[in-house]
Order: sequence, then C-alpha cells, then structure tokens
Amino acid sequence: MGKSHFFVTGDPMIYGADVSIVLAMIAIVFSLTYFKKWGYLWREWITTVDHKKIGIMYLLSSLIMLFRGGVDAILMRLQLAIPNNHFLPSEHYNEIFTTHGTIMILFMAMPFMFALFNMVVPLQLGARDVAFPMLNALSFWLFFIGAMLFNISFVIGGSADAGWLSYPPLSENAFSPGPGQNFWIWGIQLSGIGSLATGINFIVTILKMRTPSMRLRDMPLFSWSVLSSSIAILGVFPILTVTLAMLTIDRLLGGHFFTMDAGGNPMMYVNLIWMWGHPEVYIVVLPAFGVYSEVVATFSRKRIFGYGSMVFSMIAISVVSYYTWAHHFFTMGAGADVNIVFAICTMIIAIPTGVKIFNWLFTMFRGRIRVTQPMLWFYAFVPTFLVGGATGVMLAAAPADYQYHNSYFLIAHFHQVLIGGVVFGYLAGMYYWFPKIFGFKLNDRLGKWGFWLWQIGFYVCFMPQYALGFMGMTRRIYTYNQSAGWDMGWAPLNMISTVGAFLMGLGFVFQAWQIIYSLKHGERDVTGDAWDGRTLEWSIPSPPPIYNFAVLPTVKGLDAWWYQKEEMKKEGYKPEPVKYEPIHMPKNTGIPFIMSIFWFIAGFGFTFEWMWMGIIGLIGVVATLFARSFQYDTDYYISVEEIERTEKALRNYTSVQRSAN
Amino acid sequence: MSNHHDTGSIKAYIIGFILSIVLTIIPLVLVLEHLLSKSALVVSILVAAVLQFVIQLFFFMHIRDGEGPRYNVMALILGLVFVVTIVAGAMWIMSFNSQVQ
Repeated sequence: MGKSHFFVTGDPMIYGADVSIVLAMIAIVFSLTYFKKWGYLWREWITTVDHKKIGIMYLLSSLIMLFRGGVDAILMRLQLAIPNNHFLPSEHYNEIFTTHGTIMILFMAMPFMFALFNMVVPLQLGARDVAFPMLNALSFWLFFIGAMLFNISFVIGGSADAGWLSYPPLSENAFSPGPGQNFWIWGIQLSGIGSLATGINFIVTILKMRTPSMRLRDMPLFSWSVLSSSIAILGVFPILTVTLAMLTIDRLLGGHFFTMDAGGNPMMYVNLIWMWGHPEVYIVVLPAFGVYSEVVATFSRKRIFGYGSMVFSMIAISVVSYYTWAHHFFTMGAGADVNIVFAICTMIIAIPTGVKIFNWLFTMFRGRIRVTQPMLWFYAFVPTFLVGGATGVMLAAAPADYQYHNSYFLIAHFHQVLIGGVVFGYLAGMYYWFPKIFGFKLNDRLGKWGFWLWQIGFYVCFMPQYALGFMGMTRRIYTYNQSAGWDMGWAPLNMISTVGAFLMGLGFVFQAWQIIYSLKHGERDVTGDAWDGRTLEWSIPSPPPIYNFAVLPTVKGLDAWWYQKEEMKKEGYKPEPVKYEPIHMPKNTGIPFIMSIFWFIAGFGFTFEWMWMGIIGLIGVVATLFARSFQYDTDYYISVEEIERTEKALRNYTSVQRSAN
Repeated sequence: MSNHHDTGSIKAYIIGFILSIVLTIIPLVLVLEHLLSKSALVVSILVAAVLQFVIQLFFFMHIRDGEGPRYNVMALILGLVFVVTIVAGAMWIMSFNSQVQ
C-alpha cells in the first residue's frame, strides 16, 4: 500500500472503506440537519455530564469498536485459512493484527467496562451522580477522540504495524518511520489519560458518594469490583503514560530511551509496558467478576455465598496482579530467580480466582435458578474461564513457557480468558442492566441465537489454536507454506478456526439485530425492577430520572432492596412519608468536548510531526483548562415542585403501562 | 483551600517548583558530567527522586489538608507500594543487562 501520500492508496478494500466513510458522514450530517437534531445532539449528549448518558455513549462506542476489531479478526482468519494465501499483502496483515489487539483491549474492553461503571455504580450506591461529573465527561471524550485518532489511521497516513504493544526497536523511527506508529502512541495516550481520570473518579465516588447509611461492607459486589479495578487503574495507567511519553521522545525528539544505539535499552520498554499491560487484563476482568456476582445472586434468588471472601479475593487479585508482569517475557533471560518469583506470583492469582468460582457455584447451590440471558453468559463463562485459567497456569511455568512463548497456544489462552472472562461478563452485564438504563429487555429468542453462535464459534475457533501452538505455529505469522499446511497438518486446523471466527461474527450480527429489534418490540419494563433484583438500582424507575433517587435510600445491610421488598410485603406495611428536598445537580458543559477536540488537533499534529499544529492544539487545551477554572456557574438545584412533578409523571406512566399490559 | 496557608499559598507553590527543578537538575548534571561512579550515581539519582516525591506531596498534593487524614495515609501507603514495586522491580529484572552487555 502506498503511504507516501496523506491518504492511504492502492488497496481496493481501503477505497471501499473511504467511500463508505464519506457516505456515512454525508448521511449523518444530512439526517441531523433534516430532522433538526443538531441542538438536541449538543444539549442532550455532547455537553451532558449525566453518568447514565455517558454510559450509553461508552456502550455504543464500544459496540462499534467491537465490530471494527471483529472485522480485523475475520480478515486475519481469512488470510490464514489456507496455505500460501495472498488475500492480504503482508504489511496490511501486520497492520490488521496490530489494530485488532489495540482496539479490542483499549477501545472495546475498556469503554465497555466504563459503560458498566457509569450505568451502574452511582445507582447501586444510591448516589445522584459520580464524584466529578465534568471530569467523567472529559474521560469519555478523551477516550472517544483517542479512538477516532487511532481509527482514522487506516485511511489517512497508514496504521501502526508493530504489534499491539509496539515493542521497540521495531516501533522506533529506524524501523517504523511515518505516522502509523505515532497514531498508535497518541490514540492510546489520549484515551489512557481518560481512563486514569475515570479510575480516580470512581474511587472517590465509591468512597465518598454512597448513600449515608451504606457502609462499605453493605456495598454490592459489582461496586467492590469497580473499586478494586479502579485502584489498579490508579497504580498502572501512569506507567503507560510515562512509557508512551518516553517512546514519543524517542520518535519525535530524537531521544534514546529504547533505541539500539546511544545507550538505549529496548528491553526496558518491554519491562515497563507490561507493568501496565499485565494489571490491565485484571483491570478489565475484575468488573466482569462483579457482574457475575450480581447476576448469579439475582437469578439464584439467594444472597451471594461468601461475600467477605469475594471482597477479599478481588482486592487480593488487584494487589497480586502487580507482581506478575515479568511472565510476559520469561524468555528475555532475566535469570532463574526473577522467573521463579514471577511464575509463583502468577500461579498464586489462580487461588483467589478459584475462590470466586466456587462462591458462585455455591450461590447457585439450592437456589431457585432462572435461566435468563445474563445467566446463560455466566454458564458459558465457567467452563471457558476454567480452561483458560488452566492453560494460564501452564504458561506460568517459566521453563515450559520457553516452549509456548509466542505460539498459537498463547493466542488461544488469552483469547479464552479475555473472551470467556471479559467479553462474556460484559455481555452478561449488558443484558442484565439494559432494562434499567433503557427501560426494555432485549429480545430473548434473538439473544439465544447470538449466544449459541458465539459459544460454538468460540470453541471451533480457539480449540484448534492450542493444537496449532503445539505444532509450532507462531503468532503474527503471515502465511505458511504447503508442507507446513498439509504435511504438518496446519491447514485443516486453521480452516476450522476460520469457520469458528465467522460463527462468532454471525453471533454478533444476531446481537446487533437483537438490539435494533428490541428498540421497538422489546419487553417494556414498567416496574423498574425487571429481574426481581436485590440491589438499590432496582428500587427506582427504569430509565431512572435525571437525579436517580428522589430521596436518598436507607440501607440496612447487604441486598438492601431485597430486604426492603420483604418489608413491603408484610401485613400492615406503611411506607414512610416522603419528604422531598431540593437536589443539587451539576450543569451541562461543553468544555470536555471542546478540550478533547484540541487534544485531537494536538495528537494529529504530533502524529504527522507538524509541530505547529501540535502546539496550537496544546495551547487550546490549556485555554480550555483556564476557561473552566473561571467557570463559577457549574451547578443548580432541582426544585421540590419539579421533583414532585417528575415522580408523579413516572408513577402515572407506570400505572398506565401496567393497565395496558 | 486558601485557609491552609502552609500548603495552598502561591509562595509554597513557587518554593516547591524551584526545589523540584533543582532536584531535577542535580541528577542531570551528575549524569552528563560523569561526576560519580556508577553505584554512587544510582544512589544519588534515587535520593533526588525520593526528595522530589516528598516535595510533591507537601507542596502540591496537600498531604496535610483535609479533615479525615486516614485516606491520605492509606493513599500514601498505596502510592509507596506502587513506586517501590516499579523502581525496585525494574532494577532487579533489568539487572541481567549488565551481565549481557
């Protein structure tokens, strides 16, 4: 592909993408203008600081990114399906595996996780919003702008092609000149700052914004998982920021941190990036564990088994995950003593994880189980994660890792834990909390089609890859010859794996269809308590009013809403008289969006090494920070009359819907 | 929080800023001018880094502020764990490099 010009040229697929991007943009601009929605878009979405709307925007972006990352995956599998294939040029293949990994972790898993944080945590805590609503909006827009910057690289300037973690010296100027690698750096750098801010925001929210009667030990497990994940974010995202800054200094200003000459040390980059990279996978999996805890308790109609040990094991995971990073480079040769310590720490993590699995199973034991969509994904998670964890312990054995390292065995392992643990968990969370945020359930039938296609596709795709790893197929391989393909048996397994990838893609199509179909036909939730839930988010209407809780709820222990419902069922239950008070809320602000636009300008400028443009962008960032610090009119009160009006309307709507059903 | 004179005033910020710059320049000069042997160099860079850390906490991070100092202490301990892990871990893992080169 040509990279000498501003636009990427020479590949028919890229031209197709160009055309569809232009058409989609024309369609969006036209329909926004035609339906006069620009003002609506600005007032209701772009300037919003409401955690529920920010959550919805995160969810939508992450599903779009799942689509893009999925297309990358399918292109890769097509290339590998048969020996000596030239479906993709080799350079394009390198770009695709790079963007697939980066997008799936940083622009799919992270925003999906933040979507769940935003949609659920304040509601579970009985809070009106997060601790820093404006910062929350800024986090979203930084992520979004980072993702866009990264994604335009495939039509403008060319994508990065040095792997998802871009090890130097390959990612240095000497071997990867041009804007592609810079797109990777700046896209991740900007969204990483947003992630760090979200981590801080949710730690403070959980510690400070709980309804006054909720002690930490009464807090639902999902919120605990968010706390442990956020602490890990706080610990490791600064390392990512600094490491990327060092790589930027190397590339942009001629530094020598990681170069091969002038005293640079590329292995230091590997060391630093995995200090972030390994805890990162625990950051994304911990909230999934939180989701399972909520889902299993609700659909077994039982209090979660071993609440204390659940909390303890989550905190243990987030602590021990700091001490495992070297297992990504056992083969670097740091010596037996280093490898032993990190191998043992890695294996230790399996213990708290195992505790959690047993706790979920014991919660289900003698529960009255309802098999719903979230529960299906939990069922799928248990065996998948179990096998993934077992292969993980195999990889953790440092001497054996010299055999598995960078083979397809590793590829199969981490897809098994990341899809089986993280994606299944987030999907369970999406199905579980969808009625809370949107007011309707997602269609069951289409969901089951999606579920089974995902499951079958997953095993068909990844089980053969374990075998391929043992047969000697290494990751990032572009193509293989006839003798490896037929005599050594790579080709049939690769072909099967490709079929599996298509099945998963089909599963995703069913899910997209399911969401669109359910917009109109989904079962409406009029009670606010779609699943007979246990925690506070189910005590308010769905979708919740802007202020969430008209009156701050009282919590008398774990599963507050469940026990309140028990109270309410009793003879002679009299609801306490409600006394509304004015509610203090943050005002919408355009600053996060405008600041992120300036970040985009800065990132784009530095990507193309147009210093003037980068500096203009940075000046804009400082100017918006300055403007914000002199904004005094940032909050308002919702009057008691308005709360009464809103609550009455919500109740009327509910009763009308009930009689209509 | 202007009522906390010791940590919130412009004077404190300027002093902190100057001290930070001085503590950055010292190791830079030591490295550029090859003034010390390798182990002495590493120790002095670490000492400068620790002092810088303390200055950040007292002059910019308002470690003495707030009614509930419990969170401050907890966060400080957590931060120390992070920093020690990163610095000591990286030095230990990368120590093989001296044998290789």
